Amino acid sequence: MSVAVFRSALILFLAPLLFASLPGSSLAQENPYIIAYDHYLEEPGNLEIEYFSTFGTQRAGNDFHAFWMEFEYGATAWWTTEFYLDGQSTFGDSTVFSGFRLENRLRILKREHFINPVLYVEYENISGADKILKEVEGHDVQKDYADRNAALREEHNHELEFKLLLSGTHKGWNFTENTLAAKNLSNNPWEFGYAIGASRPLALKASAKRCSFCRQNFIAGAEMYGGLGDRHSFGLHDTSHYVAPVVAWNLPSDWTLRFSAGFGLNDNSHGLLLRWGVSREISGFGSMVKNLFGGHR
Amino acid sequence: MRDYVRTLAASAALLSASMALAQQEKPPASKYHQDGLVYAELSKAPQKARAKRNPLRGDPDAVAAGRNLFEQHCTECHGDLAGGGRKGPSLLVEQVQNSEPGTIFWILTNGVVWRGMPVWSKLPEPQRWQLVSYIKSLGVSEPVPSRGPSPKP
Repeated sequence: MSVAVFRSALILFLAPLLFASLPGSSLAQENPYIIAYDHYLEEPGNLEIEYFSTFGTQRAGNDFHAFWMEFEYGATAWWTTEFYLDGQSTFGDSTVFSGFRLENRLRILKREHFINPVLYVEYENISGADKILKEVEGHDVQKDYADRNAALREEHNHELEFKLLLSGTHKGWNFTENTLAAKNLSNNPWEFGYAIGASRPLALKASAKRCSFCRQNFIAGAEMYGGLGDRHSFGLHDTSHYVAPVVAWNLPSDWTLRFSAGFGLNDNSHGLLLRWGVSREISGFGSMVKNLFGGHR
Repeated sequence: MRDYVRTLAASAALLSASMALAQQEKPPASKYHQDGLVYAELSKAPQKARAKRNPLRGDPDAVAAGRNLFEQHCTECHGDLAGGGRKGPSLLVEQVQNSEPGTIFWILTNGVVWRGMPVWSKLPEPQRWQLVSYIKSLGVSEPVPSRGPSPKP
């Protein structure tokens, strides 16, 4: 293992422990989606630190465990910015750092509406070995991931990704639809994809007692995502698609756990994508940083 | 690898800039307590929203549940006792306490996004009504803030 890979692994696994020890956390009320986005942004000044794992099965190749760290910061009530670090272990092969992403979500409308649009802009700097499958776009298919890591790392992707997130919440149900357009900054065509989701808390009223296992702390739902081809061949042929039941458990101790079992819907898809994640929200992180650099309390 | 380091540094700089912007956008705590204009958003609630009745009125558990929700989601900005904090105004003033329950529910649902209050429609309706029950149970316990910014000494 090279020094760079060792350092990346160290960051990925120690960072959540370090940040979890910070004071000033607040209870998040997170939807369970792992791929789809709803229209809710991070509260201003708060930092949410998330770790996610994806175990994927691979036809004609080795299964893999991909993982990422996500730092989500509420810059304002209408702007959330995120930073990702990605990595993966392919069984019988190697563990590699596979790149980073910088993402911004901007709320367009001032008030809550039946459908609430949010603009999403992301820059990706990842290698071909990136297997977190955070989005499926264009003609992404499972056989793209079958090579050995050494070969996959030869490919570098600098990509801009745009999404229109349309989401609304009615009678406790959240419905969301994400349309994706991505452009590799090399001479590749625009690629398209989608994600949809629906979720609902198991109970709509909060309990008068603080409790971990109360039904309102669990939010369950499903999401579906896949590619829609590219500018030259738009459509469903040679694309992969997944459907995944999802559940989130918002603990009063400020942690959120998410679990999802994604099933490939055609032969171009991975058979199973088992995902789980843990996150913690640090409230007032912006103020903490300001104080650190001499701001007054 | 050098490219990664450069781009990581640029990303960190952007993140820091966004934090700085977030800090600049917030008015100082004193402004919340002295500037009655911060409550002007209450008057923007449409008549239909104002007229809504709290369906949990009279529910003995609603205030207790609302208190839990308030501690979990609201104290960070509005203070432990709802008397106002660094990021949010006091909820113990007449403007809030004399508002119709429907108005407070409307503010919770829509937020005051450009002034830093996020939308809370991610809490199901019954939970927002529980929060309204709790906030209304607090009553007025602070002097009415003056209208407009305070005069400079």
